[in-house]
Amino acid sequence: MNSKLFKAAVTSVIALTAVQAQAEGKLNIYNWGNYTNPEMIKKFEAQYDIDVTLDGYDSNETMLAKVKEGGTGYDIVVPGDYMVAIMVEEGLLAEINASEMDNFKNLDPNWIDVYWDPGRKYSVPYQWGTTSFTVDADVYGGDINTLEIVFNPPAELKGRINMLNDMNDVINAGLRYLDYPRCNSNPEQMKQLLDLLLKAKDDWRTMDYAVIEKLTSKDVDLSQSWNGAAMRARNDRPTLKYAYPKEGFTGWMDNVAVLADAPNMENAKLFVNFMMDPENAALTSNFARYANGVLGSDKFMDAEMLDAPEIVMPADAPAPDFVKPCDQDVVELYNKVWTRLKQ
Amino acid sequence: MADIVQQPATGSQNLQQAVQARAKAKRRVRLFLLLPALGIIGIFGLAPLSIALIYSFLEPGTYGGVEWSFSTDAYVQFLFERDIFDDTLGFNSAYLQIFGRSFGLAILTMCGTLMLGFPVAYFIAARPPEQRNAWLFAITLPFWTNLLIRTYSMLLIVRDEGFINLALMKLGVIGAPMQMLYTDGAVLAGLVYSYLPFMILPIYASLEKFDFALLEAGHDLYASRIQVFRHIIIPISRPGIVAGCALVLIPALGAYITPELLGGGKKLMIGNLIAMQFGSGRNWPFGSAAALILMAVVLIALLLSLRAGAEKENRHG
Repeated sequence: MNSKLFKAAVTSVIALTAVQAQAEGKLNIYNWGNYTNPEMIKKFEAQYDIDVTLDGYDSNETMLAKVKEGGTGYDIVVPGDYMVAIMVEEGLLAEINASEMDNFKNLDPNWIDVYWDPGRKYSVPYQWGTTSFTVDADVYGGDINTLEIVFNPPAELKGRINMLNDMNDVINAGLRYLDYPRCNSNPEQMKQLLDLLLKAKDDWRTMDYAVIEKLTSKDVDLSQSWNGAAMRARNDRPTLKYAYPKEGFTGWMDNVAVLADAPNMENAKLFVNFMMDPENAALTSNFARYANGVLGSDKFMDAEMLDAPEIVMPADAPAPDFVKPCDQDVVELYNKVWTRLKQ
Repeated sequence: MADIVQQPATGSQNLQQAVQARAKAKRRVRLFLLLPALGIIGIFGLAPLSIALIYSFLEPGTYGGVEWSFSTDAYVQFLFERDIFDDTLGFNSAYLQIFGRSFGLAILTMCGTLMLGFPVAYFIAARPPEQRNAWLFAITLPFWTNLLIRTYSMLLIVRDEGFINLALMKLGVIGAPMQMLYTDGAVLAGLVYSYLPFMILPIYASLEKFDFALLEAGHDLYASRIQVFRHIIIPISRPGIVAGCALVLIPALGAYITPELLGGGKKLMIGNLIAMQFGSGRNWPFGSAAALILMAVVLIALLLSLRAGAEKENRHG
């Protein structure tokens, strides 16, 4: 079939139904909390005459648990990289063939053949960033680009550290420090990791997701952090510096995807296409403070985003490490280590 | 019933039948009227519990959820584990330790609220009736605000650059901020603060109608203050104390927000442990089992304390 003709037909049918039946113009988005720019939603609603409802979650796992039960009524979800892989395997995502959409040409080619969705059959980039840590350079003057100061902190940082309350982020950082592979099921190496974490924990003050608040209230002087959160914290505490440790750090990407049982499938596809428009991607970045995978979006981004050290990586930093989902036996082992750590 | 029908009906038997029929109809009406309540208990109480019970005997699905094959692993896992490192089945105290910490904290919370709450309740009950409502109003006032917000305010008060530290440093009492936040003490203070009204209100209710002339009578009979307290006040307020302790202990056991916010998240509590199994832990059966074990322990403790209470009452009665 002539794909251009088909597309034109589909578009006009959608356009017609959108005009004719306003009540049917609905879209239900399930995204991370405080991660969706209300301006961007307003623009989408006006452009396509669609009513959008927005609901939030706080972790990939929460979202998965809810979606797995089925019948949520949500159309759009925004899973992280490894979660896209899991949801595809579980048959929870609709095959939307994003590569055939109009705006697909705007995507940065680096983000097309990704391990979690090769060729982009199910999802398109939303935001991407890194998980490392940020330090107050006034408190600690030494070299910050090493995990040494997290796991064997100097005197001025002892008891002044917050780690994310996240099993994978903490364990992965420890594995990088010990130079052991990720998704590790080697008992000897995991035992060393547990010993390392138990020892380091005495020097940590808290383990909490509320990174920005912990830093700006001066409860801690170093915190494991996502780069966007580090940038927002720096707004209030200008002495904060985001580290690119030489041992490595996590890279991640959240992706726009459509649920297999989406009630408003066509509107959802419109939204996916909409999100690949440079101006719309920039709206999200300006709000959430992370980079997106859409070329040409910098033209529409806030000036301070373009040279922020949290977003523009130094040339000598290692490449971000995108960690794949681990097997069940690894997850069980991680669970035990994590429980031991906090028992 | 069958022989009643065979026998010739006499007057008294007719009456008896009529009474029975009436009682039956009454029962039916009562049952009918109870249906909404029973329905709610069934749908929102028993059904979720049954799901938890069933899930606890299944195997965990790869990415959360459950596999439909019978297994008691979830319960075995609670006490024993295949050693992380050499795969032998050994006793595992990790979860018991977490339960122990939660119970210890909940019991301390109960004692703290009792020690603070009893005098307050007594004080209010001893006010003239027209003043009592104002005092009760003051006690319940914080409850109009969400628990999360109250806990968060607490955090602002005790943190390094919080109200207490700044005030003490201004006054020159201390030179550097005291580290109060993210300690067990902070969690305990937060829990006591949150649950205090649950202790005050039932004790107040049991003392409300108390005739304070009885105290004078006790003193007239040469009872010391301590004897009056032990033999008059305590027995009168016992039901309130028991209810208050249960009302504080049970929610304190499952407390989630307070330990997370004020404790700094370095140690697991039961609530956090269970929540973790349904999230990154991907082990729903174990989460269900842990929740049911907690419930069973609480239920047994409650039954024992009720029985002890009843025996005591009989002895006094």
